[in-house]
Amino acid sequence: MSAGPAEAMPPPASAELALEVRGVTKRFGALVVLRGIDLVLRQGEVLGLVGDNGAGKSTLVKILCGFHQQDAGEVRVGGERVRFHSVEDARAHGIETVYQDLALIPQLPVYLNLFLGHELTRMGPLRMLDKREMRNLSRRYLDDIRVRVPSVEAEAEQLSGGQRQAVAVARAVRAEPKILLLDEPLAAMGARESRLIIDLVKDLAASGRVSIIVIDHNYAHLFELCDRINVMQGGRITTDQRVRETSLEELTELMVSSYRSQLDEVS
Amino acid sequence: MQSGAPTETAAPTASPPGQHRQPSSLGRRVLGLFLYQRELTPILITVGLFVYFTIRAGSTFTAALSLNSAAGYAGPIGAIAVGEVLLLVVAEIDLSAGQVFLFAAWVNWWFYNLGLPVALSILLSLAVCCGVGAINGLITTRLNVPSFVTTLATNFILYGLVLIYSDYTEASPIPLSTYSSPTGHVSFAGQLMGAWRWSEILWVVAITIVAHVMLTRTRFGVRVVATGGNLVGAAEAGVPVRRVKVWCFVLCSFFAGLIGIVDSVKYGSLDPGNFGVDFILYAVGACVIGGTALTGGRGTVIGAFIGAILIGVLEDGLTLIGVSTNDFYVWVGVVIIFAMALNVQFDRLIARSRAA
Repeated sequence: MSAGPAEAMPPPASAELALEVRGVTKRFGALVVLRGIDLVLRQGEVLGLVGDNGAGKSTLVKILCGFHQQDAGEVRVGGERVRFHSVEDARAHGIETVYQDLALIPQLPVYLNLFLGHELTRMGPLRMLDKREMRNLSRRYLDDIRVRVPSVEAEAEQLSGGQRQAVAVARAVRAEPKILLLDEPLAAMGARESRLIIDLVKDLAASGRVSIIVIDHNYAHLFELCDRINVMQGGRITTDQRVRETSLEELTELMVSSYRSQLDEVS
Repeated sequence: MQSGAPTETAAPTASPPGQHRQPSSLGRRVLGLFLYQRELTPILITVGLFVYFTIRAGSTFTAALSLNSAAGYAGPIGAIAVGEVLLLVVAEIDLSAGQVFLFAAWVNWWFYNLGLPVALSILLSLAVCCGVGAINGLITTRLNVPSFVTTLATNFILYGLVLIYSDYTEASPIPLSTYSSPTGHVSFAGQLMGAWRWSEILWVVAITIVAHVMLTRTRFGVRVVATGGNLVGAAEAGVPVRRVKVWCFVLCSFFAGLIGIVDSVKYGSLDPGNFGVDFILYAVGACVIGGTALTGGRGTVIGAFIGAILIGVLEDGLTLIGVSTNDFYVWVGVVIIFAMALNVQFDRLIARSRAA
């Protein structure tokens, strides 16, 4: 067996935690995917989640966003014990998820993407779009959170990958979630684009209103983005490391060594 | 994709006029206009055909009678095509709308013969059409039958119902039509519902305007585009995607049925042997000619209307210059391929200007 979970820090009192996961397990038929996950997310913190394919990252996220239900263990949001039965359920508890850049409608302009599902209308039952108001509010809102797009009238399809991702994050944040789950927000992005998202996420976290979990494969990205990084292996969290107290080299070495110990165990 | 700011200037045509943008050459602007205003191409082709036929056939083509005949072709195709655009945008298709066009008129005839007042019989027929659309939509969204199959089946069912309940005899005279009045005098309601020679095309224009406003300026329109453009994304954003789809089917059937009734009043009689499949094929052709892709998320109601006019002008013009109707089919086919190829190329150009 590899190192025990979450050994780096003593667990803080529940009140300062945005999210607390204790002993969560999940199996699909004979396949045990999560073997007892312990994880904490502090208020206003950016937590990175890293691990190989099959480590259970996406299953964990799907439980947190209400898509799957855990077999055992508990999840607390803001100290309150919750069990989500649907994505809407999780959303009602203040958890929003952004899946890569798949959330936007390519053929709709940015401002309509931002307001999709909550469109502003006028003329009562005719439900004519109040395009001007939505454009203005969108401009102001994107300025506020410092997301830059060529124009709020540009179709999502015309934006770069980074801009699309930023708009998707902006839309999720507009719902004022307590917890934001970002599934590989930096996948397939160039340096400049990554910068855009990293700055946006850091800004959001600095505002203190939202706590964020970021899943990524890239240690360098996570190192730059996160306050803390959890490494997942074989359905467990094997490393919990504060970024400020380490270097990228040290972090990488830590991960490689715990990965190696797991390999030894298998062979 | 790495460059942030310069990417946007590569597609200056995307931003509406009035926005600050880099100056571009006239050629690029014209190209951009065609790229983003898909209706322009069919408009130019229609105008070109119009000019050609006017030169070849002279005043016989522009005579009111002949234009009315062109409108006679274009009307039903246009109304069905406009509804079809909504379905194509929502990434579905309705192959039964042509049959609904004929079915509506027959239902109206049956209700009328039950002794119902004309107005009531028309309203009930329209309600039946909406019901057909709702059934199409519910089978497609709830039973997950592809709409191509659902509406193909509905098409046959409606055709069969018409054959069974008409006893394969012609219906005449249709209420409100010129033939239903012994004196030849037609009431205002009759004129409005199709007896006046231009009323059908005016109905089609009205339907086009309503559908265009719905698609481009209402909450419903945004949700249609969202549903067709990214089904999962739209559903996650809280768009009731199934309901949106069902409404598109209902509207398509409603428009087809309305014009079906108007068309029957216009001609005064109904032939059970007319197979609505002709209409739907022309209508889908009109959508494509007008610049609507079959991939969902994009479409133009105005374009479909213009596509229908193009087909009408082509049919009428070719007849007048003495070309056989057989040639007409070849030409319609050529125009459809040409229009679709052009659309695909336009999409590629847009994609390239973005990637540059």
